[in-house]
Amino acid sequence: MKNIWNFFAGTLVLISKGSKAYYCWVLFLLVLMAIGASAYVHQLNEGLIVTAMRDQVSWGFYISNFTFMVGVAAAAVLLVIPAYVYGWGPIKEFAVLGELLAVSAIVMCLLFVTVDIGHPERFWHLIPKIGLLNFPQSLLAWDVVVLNTYLVLNLTISIYILYNLYYKREPNHHFYTPLVLLSIPSAISIHTVTAFLYNGLGARPFWNSSILVPRFLASAFCSGPAFMLLIFLLVRKYTKFKIKDEAIQKVAEIMAYAMFINLLLLGAELFKEYYTDTIHLASVQYLFQGLHGHSALVPYIWTAMIFNVTAFFLFLIPATRRNNITLVIGCILVFVGVYIEKGMGLVIPGFIPDTLHEIYEYSPSGTELLLAMGIWATGLFVYTMLLRVAIPILNRDFHVADDGVGSYIGDQMFLIQQKPEEEPESVETH
Amino acid sequence: MSDTTKNEYIQHKSRRKFLKGLAAGVGLIAMPGKDASASVWEEFFQKHFRELSKDELKVVIGRLEKEYSKKFAKQVTVKTTPPIEGVLYGYGLDLSRCIGCRRCVYACVKENNQSRDPQIHWIRVLQLDKEKGVDLSHAEHYYNPEKVPEKGHFYMPVQCQQCEKPPCTKVCPVQATWKENDGIVVVDYNWCIGCRYCMAACPYGARHFNWGKPGLPVAEMNPVTHYLGNRPRPKGVVEKCTFCIQRTREQPGRYPACEEICPVGARKFGNLLDPNSEIRYLIENKRVFKLKDDLNTQPKFFYFYAT
Ligand code: SF4
Ligand code: SF4
Repeated sequence: MKNIWNFFAGTLVLISKGSKAYYCWVLFLLVLMAIGASAYVHQLNEGLIVTAMRDQVSWGFYISNFTFMVGVAAAAVLLVIPAYVYGWGPIKEFAVLGELLAVSAIVMCLLFVTVDIGHPERFWHLIPKIGLLNFPQSLLAWDVVVLNTYLVLNLTISIYILYNLYYKREPNHHFYTPLVLLSIPSAISIHTVTAFLYNGLGARPFWNSSILVPRFLASAFCSGPAFMLLIFLLVRKYTKFKIKDEAIQKVAEIMAYAMFINLLLLGAELFKEYYTDTIHLASVQYLFQGLHGHSALVPYIWTAMIFNVTAFFLFLIPATRRNNITLVIGCILVFVGVYIEKGMGLVIPGFIPDTLHEIYEYSPSGTELLLAMGIWATGLFVYTMLLRVAIPILNRDFHVADDGVGSYIGDQMFLIQQKPEEEPESVETH
Repeated sequence: MSDTTKNEYIQHKSRRKFLKGLAAGVGLIAMPGKDASASVWEEFFQKHFRELSKDELKVVIGRLEKEYSKKFAKQVTVKTTPPIEGVLYGYGLDLSRCIGCRRCVYACVKENNQSRDPQIHWIRVLQLDKEKGVDLSHAEHYYNPEKVPEKGHFYMPVQCQQCEKPPCTKVCPVQATWKENDGIVVVDYNWCIGCRYCMAACPYGARHFNWGKPGLPVAEMNPVTHYLGNRPRPKGVVEKCTFCIQRTREQPGRYPACEEICPVGARKFGNLLDPNSEIRYLIENKRVFKLKDDLNTQPKFFYFYAT
């Protein structure tokens, strides 16, 4: 008990220390979080009428963000597979970075759902035995179960590893390896269940397609690793944490394949809709071409398409994959592209035209945008704090002091430019 | 859902313990205003409608009646009349008669205490082209001519179809909406968390959300209410047509407000289990169709052409 408290107290001291860049970043996030919180208070007082959602389009920006973040959460952990297969070094280090990202993403998912529901204070109705969770009938009930399991699993693994390293003990791999392996199917499960949530509705032909799950997984394998790669590059540049070039290359390559599958599945879907040309085509038409003069989503989806295809080539061609600048551009393109495609591009057309074929054009209100921004800031804040603790621990810069009570902090600054040792920023020369 | 499933859900003991603990914990942190506090907490910890014992139900109804009577300055009753044995309600709508006057829409709003502002309508009347037939993709939702019916058009009112296999209840994560034994799909407004999954699942646009605080003028409030039907709703929950549960479950029963008001007799209502009922006659003798039959939701709302 005492040890846990000392560890916790030590991390509090640690996160209060850092370079100027670190302080600015944290302050910036806190301001955004405060803005988001005040938007939420406004929404609680007035009701969801302050959003642009209405009966016709009953889910909007919040649920779009939720859906996208589930993908990020899932894929962050799935990167453990290549790390393991290709032996990129101690698997636990990759696992920890990925799992902490998953934790932050799940926190965002839960927040996005919370702000979307009309009566968040009735959350206890969802607790089995105490409330009345409609399990196994409702896919949303499944989602509650798998998301929380996944959160607990990832927290357990990462805290266990970090806690032991802090006390200079080698974490018992007989304990954590099975858990890490278990987190892989459960990563797949969260994304599958989330896809089923849409998939299982006969009322919405746009979602009622059997390739929705593979499409979800393929796009998650793009967006999650894109974010991880950006983090890898940042962490490598601004902290002492080392990540091999080879690992980064492999991730980029995997993303190219995943993007190919993603585009292929999308093409299959488009073929089916356009060639059969039933009334179910309407939603696809609305998304890609506009319908009866309504075309709010058209510019977005084409932006996403261009981003995704460009990124695919950037990752496919070895020269651009090895160049750090094009690599970063590719990652950003993928992240934004999938964010549009699997967020608004997936959720909104399900409602347009609505079940009685009315067209209500939706675009998020100011409150929705501010609130969503606040949640993104919260997610980044959580991830920053987790990395602030995890990276020094993994670098052996933060551990228990020799007296066994206090803590030793070897990394006061956290975010500062590191001297490149073996030219990680090498520019391509042929 | 049946009684067997209902019993499985009853776990009074563990729940009470938890709720007591939670109440103590939460109570310490934030106490609402002095006089309001008791009923606010009671409301917060209120159990699912179908899990309330007789005594608990009495307390809940007492609380609600007091609250509504005070708010609307009249004696408001909240009934909990159960389904009648041997009754399964069915609705018929004669497309050859309907003239699209929307009287049913407004009679429903009045009877069922829908919010006037923001506006909620449980019935949507679609204007369709005679040339195209029942083709929703060409429906006009907001037709507004001087006079109806308009030449070349016919009209199709859509409301909750009280599906025998309702996709809306299947998806609700907290069982806040369910099908009663008389076939009416209801919502417990005190249990609904407002996630709107049911709205995504309903193929008929029949479920409506209280996006803002319902605006129900005191003078126009209908004080004869049912817990599962037309009692005033809070913001942030879903609501829908209940075949006027507060009327149709009475003995002697009354017709739903929409069927009563229809000036051309396009609306028929009755017991599907009674072989002599008008609705059974219509189904057996007229050309009847169900909306989106292919989805296998098995509506108990039948469209037909009498002439
Ligand atoms: S019409 Fe919609 S709300 Fe009514 S029972 Fe069917 S699915 Fe449920
Ligand atoms: S909005 Fe209410 S009734 Fe509908 S699915 Fe959610 S909790 Fe159930």
